[in-house]
Amino acid sequence: MLEIKQLTVRVEGKEILHDVDMAIKSGETHVLFGPNGSGKSTLLMAIMGFPRYQVTKGNIIFKGKDITMLPLDERARLGIGMSFQRPPVVRGVKTGDMLTACLKGEGNKKSISQLAEKADLADFLDREINYGFSGGEIKRSEMMQLMAQKPELTLLDEPESGVDLVNIALIGELINELLEKDCPIRKRKCMGLLITHTGHILNYVNARTGYVMLDGRIICEGDPHEILATIKEKGYEECAKCVK
Amino acid sequence: MREIKSSQAYRDKAKAASAKPATFGEDVELDKYSSSAEELPYQENPSQLPEEDQKQMTQAGIILDEQSQRSGTIIQMDNSVIHSLAKEEGLELMATSQALRTYDWILDYWWRAVAVDSDKYTAHVELNQNDGYFIRALPHTKVVYPVQACLYLAKNNLAQNVHNIIIAEEGSELHIITGCTTSPREEPGLHLGVSEFYIKRGAKVTFTMIHNWNPEIVVRPRTGVIIEEDGLFLSNYVIMKPVHSLQTYPTARCVGANATVRFNSILVAAPGSMMDVGSRVFLDGKGSRTEIISRAITTGGDIIARGYIEGNAPDVKGHLECRGLILLEEGMIHAIPELKGNLAGIDLSHEAAVGKIAEEELEYLMARGLTRTEATATIVRGFLRVDIEGLPPMLSAELQRAVEASEKELM
Repeated sequence: MLEIKQLTVRVEGKEILHDVDMAIKSGETHVLFGPNGSGKSTLLMAIMGFPRYQVTKGNIIFKGKDITMLPLDERARLGIGMSFQRPPVVRGVKTGDMLTACLKGEGNKKSISQLAEKADLADFLDREINYGFSGGEIKRSEMMQLMAQKPELTLLDEPESGVDLVNIALIGELINELLEKDCPIRKRKCMGLLITHTGHILNYVNARTGYVMLDGRIICEGDPHEILATIKEKGYEECAKCVK
Repeated sequence: MREIKSSQAYRDKAKAASAKPATFGEDVELDKYSSSAEELPYQENPSQLPEEDQKQMTQAGIILDEQSQRSGTIIQMDNSVIHSLAKEEGLELMATSQALRTYDWILDYWWRAVAVDSDKYTAHVELNQNDGYFIRALPHTKVVYPVQACLYLAKNNLAQNVHNIIIAEEGSELHIITGCTTSPREEPGLHLGVSEFYIKRGAKVTFTMIHNWNPEIVVRPRTGVIIEEDGLFLSNYVIMKPVHSLQTYPTARCVGANATVRFNSILVAAPGSMMDVGSRVFLDGKGSRTEIISRAITTGGDIIARGYIEGNAPDVKGHLECRGLILLEEGMIHAIPELKGNLAGIDLSHEAAVGKIAEEELEYLMARGLTRTEATATIVRGFLRVDIEGLPPMLSAELQRAVEASEKELM
């Protein structure tokens, strides 16, 4: 389970998140909506533990452990994984090397090539990670790395942005596998928190709870499809008015 | 010591240039070093050499115990060629002094790719020459396994003056591994190595040079390469161990149509090391091509990474890539890429980048569960990996092993 209590986060001296509360139980997937600059990515980065995102108040509790002060790599090893919206190019480091690293020595050539085939990236293992990748290739590569990493909590930052419809379906399949959607709900352990602007990904991935974030605060919580329909119809202005 | 006579004209030119400073690199006082060393006995079986010497040679890519993967071996220790054996048909391998005695025509290749009066170091080699190696692939011979050549500096404070001549005759193929190293005692010494390469029409040469010096050694190699029509020269230079001062600027001239040259350099400068290393290519033949790639890492030393491509003929293409990584707080990398085009219709480009490892890249790997140290090592390993087009897989694997062996110390 992931619990976020009154989380307040500063980035480069500026407070971005204010008193955010959230709870995701094992097996659940939650969705975060919000306009650009509302603080959605900041929340994901803070949960992952990037040093630039300073928690000034509140707690992040994962699997019963307070990880608020835990370094980034230790959080990853504890079972948190993230799909980056715009991951960096790491020259010289090959996609296959990244998979080997994610597999923590448990992988072999066969398991690596199986993962690559699943993500339709079989020809990418010898290519430098993210170098010259298209939008869809980047997202599939992120999913592939997460599948090797097998996190219990998967943070997905706009997994469908810059991706065509065919690729969205494949990314949806990969997310469902990551989040054990083929398992009965009671048996699922994996949790997901995903950011979406368009909501397209929700046609492929079932989510239990949706949130609307405005100006660094969660202002609404409920059925994700209902929230999405409201946003599509009335925009975030309506959400702002609703809070007032 | 063997007396090596080339020609009076060269000696006169050398004398005139004996005080001429080099264009680059700190000036070396040649008088501080001795050019004489005792004649060392010939070694029928180099695997009988002292273990400490063999260990140094191994670190420079030289295999002595199991030579089945080599077409020939030549070893020069100080001023003596102590072993020379060619095992493949069509391969000639001998000391330069012997080549001078064997072939009258050798003077046609003497100081033709490197000018004898380039600077005081080339002049010093001409006036104090202590052998070197002669390697030749006969016309249309494909030498399968690499030839290995070792230049070993054993005597304290010696100036080793070597002159190497490499000829790949028309349509031949030759792979060379040169390991330059020194005794493990960390005594001062000077290595002056002149290498002249002649790549004839349609010939292919790969030249992999691994330097394994010590913090007291000064090194001034002088290399010239002439590539004829459809010829290919592929150079890989690796220096990952400390050196006091190194300055080299190998120069290749693609004189024939469609000649190709590639220079790859991997440089690691430890604290106290000063490296001024470049590669220079003149594209004089129509449609000739080049690629110069250098990867420089400093852990506290200084590196000047130069590159120069000049296009002088139609349809030539050249690319220069120079990337530098400053791993710790100390150290300097100065990348100097230069391009000169002398006519329309040529295609020359370069990219250069110097900096420390981007925090964003480290964090990306750490978000996958790697520790900071593991993430740094992964990025450094990737940085040093140069996939070399045209290098046979066996050589590529050996080069990678050599780099990985030094990487462990680096990390």
